Amino acid sequence: MNIVVCVKQVPDTATERKLRSDDNTLDRDAVDGVVNELDEYAVEEALKLKEAHGGEVTVLTMGPGKATETIRKALAMGADKAVHLSDDALHGSDALSTSYAMAQVLKKIGFDLVILGSESTDARTGVLPAMLAERLGTPQLTLANKVEVEGASITVQRLADYGYDKVEATLPAVVSVVEKINEPRYPSFKGIMAAKKKPVETLAIGDASIDAAQVGLAAAWSEVVDFAPAPPRAAGTIVKDEGDGGVNAADFLASKKFI
Amino acid sequence: MSEILVLVEQAEGEVKKVTLELLTLARSLGTPAAVWAGPGLTPEAKARLAEYGAEKIYVAPSSDVVDYVVAPKAELLAQLVTAKSAAAVLVAATAEGKEVAGRLAVKTDSGVITDAVGVGDGFVADQSIFGGGVNVHSRVRKGTPIIAVRPNSTAPVAAAGAGTEEEVSVTLSDAAKAARVVERVKQEKGARPELTEAAIVVSGGRGVGSAENFSVIEGLADALGAAVGASRAATDAGWYPHQFQVGQTGKTVSPQLYIAAGISGAIQHRAGMQTAKTIVAINKDPEAPIFELADYGVVGDLHQVVPQLTEEINKRK
Repeated sequence: MNIVVCVKQVPDTATERKLRSDDNTLDRDAVDGVVNELDEYAVEEALKLKEAHGGEVTVLTMGPGKATETIRKALAMGADKAVHLSDDALHGSDALSTSYAMAQVLKKIGFDLVILGSESTDARTGVLPAMLAERLGTPQLTLANKVEVEGASITVQRLADYGYDKVEATLPAVVSVVEKINEPRYPSFKGIMAAKKKPVETLAIGDASIDAAQVGLAAAWSEVVDFAPAPPRAAGTIVKDEGDGGVNAADFLASKKFI
Repeated sequence: MSEILVLVEQAEGEVKKVTLELLTLARSLGTPAAVWAGPGLTPEAKARLAEYGAEKIYVAPSSDVVDYVVAPKAELLAQLVTAKSAAAVLVAATAEGKEVAGRLAVKTDSGVITDAVGVGDGFVADQSIFGGGVNVHSRVRKGTPIIAVRPNSTAPVAAAGAGTEEEVSVTLSDAAKAARVVERVKQEKGARPELTEAAIVVSGGRGVGSAENFSVIEGLADALGAAVGASRAATDAGWYPHQFQVGQTGKTVSPQLYIAAGISGAIQHRAGMQTAKTIVAINKDPEAPIFELADYGVVGDLHQVVPQLTEEINKRK
């Protein structure tokens, strides 16, 4: 099975994240990049499927040069090779552009299964997996907390408000995974060393038949008009519990008409 | 005025509160038109949609619309956007709502905005990003604005609309019927409201101490008619199921009232609750960052404070 796992480098959520004042896009230089956490579950799921069914796991990422750190991490976990879509023309791409560019690469490199995290911790739009399925014309098996493949058929448990849906389809397909579908492995020392020798193919937009007019900030379907730091919340009332903390809290809730 | 399509969220025929919020919002933007995807529109549901301002109710009663994952709803909306020259589409910013919005955006070559907490003139949306640290105005530049709006962003206000029903027959592509729902498994969740929709959320964290002790959190939630949430520390410890996790990698909630008990308030947690209107924190550590957000904070042991609060609420009912 030819599995492509899409990973994204995102700013570390423990750091202060900023938008750039010149073009209102995410400032990726100001902060440390880490692998989007939900994508680590996707890498683990890809590796487990490969271990069970054979085949190959290819890492695909779109991002600036420093995203190679993210690729190395996925390769160290055990993926076989990587494709890095990197081009200055992609800067500022919104979800529509990103899904278009990623779909063009996926069509070029081919796949039986595309796996990715259900959302990224930076933009948190959660739309990319569905957009990829739409653009590729393949079944959308998203928000999965369980994935089973048998021959060409694939079944997932799709999380829903009320529990889950059991969803069936035929490969090729796009799968997005949710937190806790598995326990992502830590790269071993051997894995880290091996990752340095694994092939990483870098593609510019022209290499994947990506139309420059459909990507980047100028092409974006939506835009940030302006932004400002959230005003600090007015300082609240903090009391020490002297045995009547619960009563005091009830008084506060009553004053706000919650009780 | 042009129609604003509102995709109806419903559970077993009952219209969810978020849809009433979206209809209220749609009234300020144009003529609200509700879209009921799938079978099961009851007279009660129809009356409810009209009560909150739906001038039109488009119904696509084919079970195919709900028997396949997401894509049929996007095709239905795409068809309506064209047929009715809709000015905008509003969906609830739930995981599935956002997926519908994403596919619809590709289909109609339109921009999409997710997790809006308000929409104003010119369909300029308000968003709160980076865990609530930055407020953003954004807008769609191409096509028909498609906006996923967070539950609890607008107070639902009734204002009767005509509620004229119009049946729509949607032609689904083969691609839209590729991922089939073969079974729906409903898990027992009791009478509590849904986490992302609830007006009040009571969450427990590391300070709760054990799975058994979560009954203290549940007791307070039930006294307030609230949903129960948990911090990552509590779900990672296995004390509460992880689908109730509020935070960066879990659910984002924006309730009227958020009560955090035994939660320190790390940035990853704040990302999931910072837009709550009123925040109450109960924590032993006076230095806990959650107190920076709290409108009211009690420095104390939640095992003492929360049961007392629960008792007090029950007494005053």
